[in-house]
Amino acid sequence: MTTRRETLSQGAVVAGLLCASGLFPQYAAAAFNKTAFSTKSLSETYKALGLAAPVASAGVSVQAPDIAENGAVVPVGATVTLAGVKQILLLIEKNPTVLIAHFHLSDSVDAALNTRVKMAESSNVYAVAVMNDGKVLYAKKEVKVTLGGCGG
Amino acid sequence: MADPMRIRAQAAAGNATVRVLMNHEMETGQRHDAADKVIPAWHITEINATHNGKLVLSAEWGTGVAKNPFLQFNVKGAKLGDKISITWKDNRGDSRTDEATVA
Repeated sequence: MTTRRETLSQGAVVAGLLCASGLFPQYAAAAFNKTAFSTKSLSETYKALGLAAPVASAGVSVQAPDIAENGAVVPVGATVTLAGVKQILLLIEKNPTVLIAHFHLSDSVDAALNTRVKMAESSNVYAVAVMNDGKVLYAKKEVKVTLGGCGG
Repeated sequence: MADPMRIRAQAAAGNATVRVLMNHEMETGQRHDAADKVIPAWHITEINATHNGKLVLSAEWGTGVAKNPFLQFNVKGAKLGDKISITWKDNRGDSRTDEATVA
């Protein structure tokens, strides 16, 4: 029969592991998640982040050029018109590192971000929104690249 | 210490549109130098943005963000004279903080 002491210590170990894996939400504080930024595919990325596969949603949109003249600097925007966005992620399907950016939003910012990214080759750009209620939604846009921007 | 960031925070209809241009090489770790050795990855890993001292946005970035990164976002309820501060940390342990006032 397990003693209460053993159960408690096992619980603490599990909680510690859960914290380390990033399942406990930390309000708008980011600590660089190296594993998530080393993944090579969309599904691998979602798994590394502990996210369910995203569902397409009209409330999420990606702003990006149809054709990027210079893959080293591609302006990309992600907008979510739904309320209660906790995180926004940018992923580029065919980049050597798929996860580009992981934004943690507070209530004080609009769910509308713009940045510039590197694209290795023509690919889909994904904006993924993680909502406060746990839903994971996405939108994607295909961007053609004439000159790849990752080097190599 | 890297070159300063350029931050513009413009008040518009009760919010502030913040545009930041950071100075950083954002080396992907994919490039090779003249001797064919890999140039190691060197990139900003974390960003924190505060409004009057309160954290409003944070981000983790990988090597996919472009060199001399640009970031634009809106802070709700920001008024003229409010302080916007941006801090970045990179994978070499360097960091930099710059501040701007909402105008």
